Amino acid sequence: MLSVDVEKELGTFSLSVRFDAAGGVTALFGSSGAGKTSVVNMISGLLTPDRGSITLDDTVLFDAGAGINVPPYRRRIGYVFQEGRLFPHLSVRQNLDYGRKMSGRDADASAFARIVTLLDIGPLLDRRPRMLSGGERQRVAVGRALLMRPRLLLLDEPLASLGGAHKREILPYLVRLRDDAGVPMVYVSHTAAELRRIATTVVRLDAGRVLASGGIELLDETDSDAIG
Amino acid sequence: MLNLSPAEWTAIELSLRIAIVATACALPFGVAVGWLLARKNFWGKTVLDGLVHLPLVLPPVVTGYLLLVSFGRKGPIGAFLDEHFGIVFSFRWTGAALACAVMGFPLLVRPIRLALEAVDRRLEDAAATLGANHLLVFLTITLPLALPGTIAGIVLCFARALGEFGATITFVSNIPGETQTISAAIYTFIQVPGGDAAAGRLVLIAIVLALAALIASEWLARRAAIRFHGE
Repeated sequence: MLSVDVEKELGTFSLSVRFDAAGGVTALFGSSGAGKTSVVNMISGLLTPDRGSITLDDTVLFDAGAGINVPPYRRRIGYVFQEGRLFPHLSVRQNLDYGRKMSGRDADASAFARIVTLLDIGPLLDRRPRMLSGGERQRVAVGRALLMRPRLLLLDEPLASLGGAHKREILPYLVRLRDDAGVPMVYVSHTAAELRRIATTVVRLDAGRVLASGGIELLDETDSDAIG
Repeated sequence: MLNLSPAEWTAIELSLRIAIVATACALPFGVAVGWLLARKNFWGKTVLDGLVHLPLVLPPVVTGYLLLVSFGRKGPIGAFLDEHFGIVFSFRWTGAALACAVMGFPLLVRPIRLALEAVDRRLEDAAATLGANHLLVFLTITLPLALPGTIAGIVLCFARALGEFGATITFVSNIPGETQTISAAIYTFIQVPGGDAAAGRLVLIAIVLALAALIASEWLARRAAIRFHGE
């Protein structure tokens, strides 16, 4: 269970967001500039709210009043960025192993194999990120975040940088992830059609405020742009 | 082939030792200062930047003199180091290495700073979400990505150290076997009648060493580029 109640001034933009997310996939839905990325950055710890609190299960990650601010590297929250952000000087295998190595855990061959199979990235393991297609890169980014054994997975527009065919290529993997991996997810997107395939609950954002939260019926038809 | 005399060999060996020690000792400081200048805003940053670049614009003899009055046996820093750690710079090869390190420092810092500024901070954020603390992010992401610039800085500093003359001779004089580097030896040989042949041999050696350093850096930079970006 994730509880977010944060406020942040970003220049002239003011953000004040409150929502809870249980298991499954919580969609942060809204047009660009609604503050979606800022919210996930605050959950991950990369951006510090001015006021409020963030808790995940029994852990307080941030509490302005109590002066608590757990740094990103201790939050164990996986983050799949819009542009992948694979490390260019490391191979795919080293990228996938990065989180495990940083936390000093022993290699777990079965977990590695399970995620490599889930995402079909076995043939890519010895390549450099530069040699991957956009879709392959995002699958590796998802695998890298999962292999750190996150308590929560953040996905910030993971399909936005991909063309239509690659979007169709990735979505089934994410759906499989939702059904098999058992990691709760917060999924940011401005595309209703994409969210309809994957979301279990929806938080609708506009101009830094929560307009509504509830089931996927919030993704009303007028916003449904094609996902290709 | 070249028929170098023992004294000439000594000068070559000394030059290489001084340049290598100077560069190796300057490197950690160069990375630290490059990082401070690239990433931090603090009071006195402009002053630090100016101080680092000072040896580049000052006449080398001034730098050498300043080293002499501060790191000499009677200088405040030199006396302290001698008394507490037994480290002596004046008229020793270690003093030559110090002079070379100071003279090479601006050339070392600048490429490192530029390389650190060019590192994509978003990759560092990604590493942090994967559990890497600040030090691990620096060691596993920032520094490897800044490696080509760091190599460039090392080569420039090494080349400067190899060719340093003015500050070294002012600070630690020109003592054969202790502080007489290739440059100082060439200077000595051309002062004495009949020294032209010896000077000529050392000039040739200096050219070969400089070319070797340039080729080595080119090769290292290309290898680093291949490692990062594929062929």
